[in-house]
Amino acid sequence: MAKVSKAKMSKKVFKKSSEVTVNSTALKPEVVYDDDDDLKGADEEIISEEEDGEDERKRQHLLEAISALGGKRRKALGERSEAAVQMSEFMVNAEDESERVELSDLIQIIEKTSTVPAKTKKQLKNLQRSKTIECPLSKQESERIQRDVAFQKAATDISRWKSIISQNQRAEQLMFPLNQEPSGPKPMERVVTGWKAQTPLEQEIFALLSANKQPINDPILTPIEQASMRAMSLEEAKVRRAELQKARALQSYYEAQARREKKIKSKKFHKVQNKAKRKEFLKQFDEMVKTDPAAALEELNKMEVARMQERMSLKHQNSGKWAKSRAIMAKYNEGARKAMQQQLEVNKHLTQKLVTSLNGDDEEEEEAGDPELLPDFVNDAEQDLDSSNPWMRGRLSEDPTEEEVNSDTVGLTTEQSGGMEYIAEEEEKVEETEDNVILREFDSRRKLRQALETDTAVEMSVDEEEEEESKAAAEDGYASDKEEERLSEFTNLFHEIVEGAGDAGHTDTSTQLEAEVIRIRTLGSVELLTQDNSATDKVHVESQKPLSTENLPSTTQKAGKSRKRKKKIQLKEVLTKETKVMKVLLAPTIEASEELEEKLDQRGLIKEAFAGDDVISEFLKDKRKQEDVGTSKILDLTLPGWGEWGGTGLKPSRSKRRRFRVKNAPPPPRKDQHLPSVIISEKRNSFISLHQVNSLPFPFENHTQFESTIRSPLGRTWNTERTVKKITKPKVVTQLGTIIEPMAQEELVKVKVSAGKNSCVDSLKIKY
Amino acid sequence: FSVNIIIHSSDGSCLPIKDCLLLVPRNYDPSLHPFEVSREYTRALNATKLERVFAKPFLASLDGHRDGVNCMAKHTKSLSTLLSGSCDGEVKIWNLTKHDCVRTLQAHEGFVRGIVVRYCGTSFFTVGDDKTIKQWKMEAPGYGEAEEPLNTILGKTVFTGLDHHQKEAVFATCGQQVDIWDEQRSSPIRSFTWGVDSFSSVRFKPRGGEIPSTELLASCASDRSNCVIMTMRSNTLCLDPMEAYHFTCANEDYNLYTYDMRNLDRPFMVHMDHVSAVLDVDYSPTGREFVSASFDKTIRIFQKDGGHSREVYHTKRMQHVICVKWSADNKYILSGSDEMNIRLWKANAAEKLGVLAPREKQAINYNQKLKEKFQHHPQIRRITHHRHLPKNIYHQTKELRIMKEARKRKERNVRKHSRPGTVPVVSEKEKHVVTVVK
Repeated sequence: MAKVSKAKMSKKVFKKSSEVTVNSTALKPEVVYDDDDDLKGADEEIISEEEDGEDERKRQHLLEAISALGGKRRKALGERSEAAVQMSEFMVNAEDESERVELSDLIQIIEKTSTVPAKTKKQLKNLQRSKTIECPLSKQESERIQRDVAFQKAATDISRWKSIISQNQRAEQLMFPLNQEPSGPKPMERVVTGWKAQTPLEQEIFALLSANKQPINDPILTPIEQASMRAMSLEEAKVRRAELQKARALQSYYEAQARREKKIKSKKFHKVQNKAKRKEFLKQFDEMVKTDPAAALEELNKMEVARMQERMSLKHQNSGKWAKSRAIMAKYNEGARKAMQQQLEVNKHLTQKLVTSLNGDDEEEEEAGDPELLPDFVNDAEQDLDSSNPWMRGRLSEDPTEEEVNSDTVGLTTEQSGGMEYIAEEEEKVEETEDNVILREFDSRRKLRQALETDTAVEMSVDEEEEEESKAAAEDGYASDKEEERLSEFTNLFHEIVEGAGDAGHTDTSTQLEAEVIRIRTLGSVELLTQDNSATDKVHVESQKPLSTENLPSTTQKAGKSRKRKKKIQLKEVLTKETKVMKVLLAPTIEASEELEEKLDQRGLIKEAFAGDDVISEFLKDKRKQEDVGTSKILDLTLPGWGEWGGTGLKPSRSKRRRFRVKNAPPPPRKDQHLPSVIISEKRNSFISLHQVNSLPFPFENHTQFESTIRSPLGRTWNTERTVKKITKPKVVTQLGTIIEPMAQEELVKVKVSAGKNSCVDSLKIKY
Repeated sequence: FSVNIIIHSSDGSCLPIKDCLLLVPRNYDPSLHPFEVSREYTRALNATKLERVFAKPFLASLDGHRDGVNCMAKHTKSLSTLLSGSCDGEVKIWNLTKHDCVRTLQAHEGFVRGIVVRYCGTSFFTVGDDKTIKQWKMEAPGYGEAEEPLNTILGKTVFTGLDHHQKEAVFATCGQQVDIWDEQRSSPIRSFTWGVDSFSSVRFKPRGGEIPSTELLASCASDRSNCVIMTMRSNTLCLDPMEAYHFTCANEDYNLYTYDMRNLDRPFMVHMDHVSAVLDVDYSPTGREFVSASFDKTIRIFQKDGGHSREVYHTKRMQHVICVKWSADNKYILSGSDEMNIRLWKANAAEKLGVLAPREKQAINYNQKLKEKFQHHPQIRRITHHRHLPKNIYHQTKELRIMKEARKRKERNVRKHSRPGTVPVVSEKEKHVVTVVK
């Protein structure tokens, strides 16, 4: 079999060679020479052509045979027999010298043909004259360059993905598959677009729709609606809708609130609310005067009407059945007294006269004519209006402090005259009727309660209060000036409010005490008083904080400063200092004075407090104990009865005891050896250290960062449901049973488009 | 007229239904809930322990091949279909849900070297040792019909690998050269080769013709042309499906290397843990992790940006693992090994499969976060990293560590006793790349 195949091959080769050229046979027939007998004839044919090279041929033959033994055969370079994409550069070859094509041959043809332009001919001639061109790069090298270029290009090309990849890496949560369409029903437009009217009925309907400019493809919006949509951008619409929603929600909320409040049956609640409303209204009224005088005037008229009604009616006059019964009860029952008082208060407020600049004087005169209709104290409301004439005022519910204010506003310059006045007033007070005294007592008690409340606040910040008071006083003075001038009635209102506030500050624990104090003060010289004030002030502060030494100098400084200030306006100063006086009276004075004398330092105090126990020696004892625990002790390990007789009265021998006495090695030196006032525990809890982190983990830069992450809890015990959900969101979410496709080119395009849109929007924003 | 609607909220807060817990207003005052760190630490520890308790990754073994499984392919459209080619030229199509073989066909004489499913999922290609590329229909032939390929291309050399384009009718093969074929033609439309020098200089063999999943044909081509010469031969290469310019190659020197395509001078991550040659690698569809099969009879799962594996799978009967695949839904791993079996594993060993209740899901998420938070604590670290390994692998790991340390020590000593600057410090990443051939 092998022979046959070989023969076939040789024949084939031979044929080829004979076809190409005669000369080439000299090179070619190397494969042919075999020991086969069948080929003899063919061989002879060749031999006949080259008779002389017999030896040469034999040598060649030998060489070929040897080379064939090595298994390597020279490649047969044949012609292209079939079409292939891959073409070797070695396939095309010139077989012989004579076949080599030369440039001159080609040019000759060109010269003959007339169609070739002269220019080209010239160039070719030049080319012929010039030296040989450099040979092109080898295939490997040129390919390498090509590959390198291609690689650079691909690298830049692939960098396009960088943005989306980094975006995905940074994302808090990635839901795979990434480009999933939302499940559920699709919007109507998308469904309808693919559908066309086919039946005549449908066509008719569509014709109608189009005639009426109704939407066909997009069944949701008519052209007009679309135009309106275009007019308003989506963001705007969203904002607008949100605003409307909020407004609606607020409205419904307020409505509900109003309904709820209306339903409340408690009279007290409504009373309080009305009062609050009135206050609020008064506040606003001031501003209204400035901004909208017409409306303010109207309001005033309204108030006037209300006042008139109140005065006409017998309401709140303590003249009804109920009031009479209360009056009987009043002697025994405090509640009844209070109730009556309240009634009167209400009446007072309601009948308070509002003097406008237009008709102020007439009203006043009317007022003056009234008193027989009303109880005396009803007129109290007018006290401020008639401040110029203190004798005209009712005195029942008036506070001594208020009296003072008024006296102040009258403009007394010397303390003597002021004192005289007070005395006179006191005398008058004595003459008051018994009923009035009772009523006044109610009043004072009520104020006492208020004062207790305010006192707590006052005690908290003495300095602040002082300043506030001085301010209030200054305003008082200012207001009183205005009163005298009678500029307007609005300022009056304001003044009332201010005074009300001032009242709270000025109120006292017991009016009698206060009165006494004031009398003393008014009689004494002003200088003395001021000194006294500052001194008492100091004492008071000390009594409050006996141990705080830092606060003391500052307060004393303050006092000094205030003294300087006060020398100018002495009367006012008297007023401002009033509260301080009261506090001294409240505080245990003996203690304060003691503390003033003794300036105890803290160390001494502590020593005194812990006089009984010796801390230092205890500490030293402790330390010694700790040291002793570690030190070596001699252990006696002798077991009586081992190796000798044992029993009662028998002791193990001395030598044995010595033998079994074990001495422990001394422990390493303690860390607190050289620190006399410190005990460093040598016991380290190894159990805890098992669970502790030894070194700072990688992504963290300092231990505080790490600790803060550990310290913030994740669980729902410590966080709200929403927070927990947010915190514990997994980074990658995949769905069971859905194929996740690799990222495609479309993804990139999508991102690009959106980015482009964003940039467009940005640029627009910048423009506007 | 009114419509009553039953609303089932998805987030677990429920309407007052029987045996459903109601939302109770809570006081979150921290003073009422003290010791938050220690309590959460305990929870984290318990979660970690439970994870190890529930870690049962092995699901099923598919047997039926009569020789070692040499290659596998995922179906592009169906999750439950798997194709596998064995060393005796047989191709089997499996139904993973039923754990049985659907179809068997004798595709080649000798090894089936590569198998790939067309993007549409209607047909698949195989290459074999008999120098042919064959295209087959996915459906089994009808009754009386002969089992014949749709198309057969006779090649000149042996093909060692095969991959198909994701969107177009183009596929690529590799062998002595890399060819890109049009499905309609019998000859390659392009082929790429290296210069002779790159062959002769080192024992480098063209890496597997894993064509990137998308239009990155050109870049991959240039990647191939601009190849890296490493100290040892690389077996397989896999491209990250989500991050276009990253790819990982499995190497004979027990390591895997992840490269950035634009910078081939040094890998950006070296993944070490195997104790024998790594034969195959496949990325998870999320692109965050990959799985590798090794000659040391184990499968390991690596994070793309982690130097050491997070998981190792092995069984007593599993021999050298030749091929491995990560399923397209990111939940399973398939491995084909020498002893003729295909094994199905869970990608997350302790994961509960199937539909989860919302509260279950919440608990899982919370536990996961706790584990993450306390991962640096020694006890938790110890438990999460603890794995039982076959004795020989365990000892080999130890040995390798000792060897590495010894080498390091020696290098250090050499550096100490030579002129400063003459023995530079070479990082682990740079050590394995010899040159980059253009």
